Amino acid sequence: MNATESKNAFSYEDTLSFENAIGFENKYLYEQDPAFSPEMNRKKAIEVKDLNLWYGGNQALKKIYLDIPKNKIFSLIGPSGCGKSTFLRTMNRMNDMISNCRIEGKVCVDGENIYGKGIDVTGLRKRVGMVFQKANPFPMSIYENIAYGPKIHGVSKKEIPGIVEESLRCAALWDEVKDRLKEPALSLSGGQQQRLCIARTLAVKPEVILFDEPCSALDPISTGKIEELMAELKKDYTIVIVTHNMHQAARISDCAAFFLSGELIETGKTAQIFENPQDKRTEGYITGRFG
Amino acid sequence: MSYENRYSDELGQDPVLKKKTARRKKQELYQKTAFLLIKLSAAAAILTLIIIIGDIVLKGYPAVTIEFLTRMPVNQMTEGGILPCVIGTVELILLSLLTAVPLGVIAAVYMTEYAADGKIKCAVEEAVNTLAGTPSVIFGLFGMALFIKYIGLPQSLLTASLTMGLLIMPVIIRTTQEALLAVPKEYREASRALGATKWETIRCVILPAAYSGLITGIIISVGRAAGETAPILFTGAVYYYPKLPDSVFSPFMALSYHLYVLATESMNIELTRSLQYGTALVLLAIVFSMNLIAAGVRRHYKKKLSSN
Repeated sequence: MNATESKNAFSYEDTLSFENAIGFENKYLYEQDPAFSPEMNRKKAIEVKDLNLWYGGNQALKKIYLDIPKNKIFSLIGPSGCGKSTFLRTMNRMNDMISNCRIEGKVCVDGENIYGKGIDVTGLRKRVGMVFQKANPFPMSIYENIAYGPKIHGVSKKEIPGIVEESLRCAALWDEVKDRLKEPALSLSGGQQQRLCIARTLAVKPEVILFDEPCSALDPISTGKIEELMAELKKDYTIVIVTHNMHQAARISDCAAFFLSGELIETGKTAQIFENPQDKRTEGYITGRFG
Repeated sequence: MSYENRYSDELGQDPVLKKKTARRKKQELYQKTAFLLIKLSAAAAILTLIIIIGDIVLKGYPAVTIEFLTRMPVNQMTEGGILPCVIGTVELILLSLLTAVPLGVIAAVYMTEYAADGKIKCAVEEAVNTLAGTPSVIFGLFGMALFIKYIGLPQSLLTASLTMGLLIMPVIIRTTQEALLAVPKEYREASRALGATKWETIRCVILPAAYSGLITGIIISVGRAAGETAPILFTGAVYYYPKLPDSVFSPFMALSYHLYVLATESMNIELTRSLQYGTALVLLAIVFSMNLIAAGVRRHYKKKLSSN
């Protein structure tokens, strides 16, 4: 690869294939080329550099470098305990709530290092929303669940009903619940509860939405609805999803990253990871030889 | 010989099977005995309650008239009503809840949500447990020493309520703590992930979810505040006070102490027997109706919060 070619390699897809061609570490040496970085930055929602994370003495993430492109679905795959959920939670600093967790390195959201000094963590979490494995609506009414986020962020009372409707519509739940907004959220079905949680996240108007195995407790029909919804959402949001379901990753995501024992083994376009993995371990996991 | 008979004969002779059947029979016997014991103890508890309440209701019912409830005691408390005692007890319960609930809830929130695990938290928790088990007369003496002798408050409704508040605070702290711990971790995570601060999460999500546990604590406390006599004996309740308490600084009469006085120290104990039963019935009714209100509030919250 020489400099002239690199100047033309502007689209993210090209960059990915380029990364894979030259190997992962080399890419970051390369990235320091000033001609290349501005264009990259414009397309990156999240940029992770040399991220290390320890739980006590146990290193759970090792030297992670990863770029997450805007308006795409990015899936994190790997066997249980490989650190993919931990990695997801570094992006909205949810690991802060674990007392013996120590983090080094940089995670930049929109170019700003969220582990830097003077970062407003609540503001960050407003920008980077999260949907959890188990649907966790608050024990309040459907309406109050959605209104909670805007309320704590000081949105005026007049605007809230509009936000609630808009969020529920975006999460494809409005038609099912519009006549029962005052009912407890816990009276909804599992799949509806998970869509409610998505709507609740949308209500604070984030830029990025993190999904931590959002469908693992749902039946195939509810799963299908959520997948459809994600495909719709990526027009306006950047989506990062942790999933155990390889088919799901292959179906919905544009890019994927494979984690194994705290290391990022391989990343690239989903099609490439699944059809033509560069690393033996990725191939082994994807073809079901382990994990 | 039919097939079935032959089969059962063979079974009956098999030594291994015989042993198994014997063991199973023994186990069934054990189980039946255990169930019987459990049922008996449950019956004993319920029966005791029924006997006590039944006795009080039957003997106290004739004494409880509108006049009994709305008049002052007269003729050296051998006649008349118990109005000042009813008002005194209700005020005592409300005022002691007013002191204990906010302080207790704040303490419980601090201990479950903010205090780091360590020796200090452990020591505070042990202290609360010890306080919850401390005899009420100690609280009475402590209240007298602190509020009356040291601070210089008069023997009054306020002093008695503060002392009673101290007595019920450990109960409030413990039940609130348990209620807070029972709130699923997922709610905290969801709220924090939306960008709520810790305090917003506690105020808007965790405390509301813990209301029903908190109300259970209040129900237990109401019973204790209404019934305990020792803490108010030295601090504000009096043998006889011919007026209704006009401010929190005046002494007052309470049902529990009035009952004690009628039953042990009055001029003619036999003569006031029906008054005693009537007083006991009114005390029970007050505690019961306050619990009913609390249970209603709890049901309202549960209904609002969850599907069933």
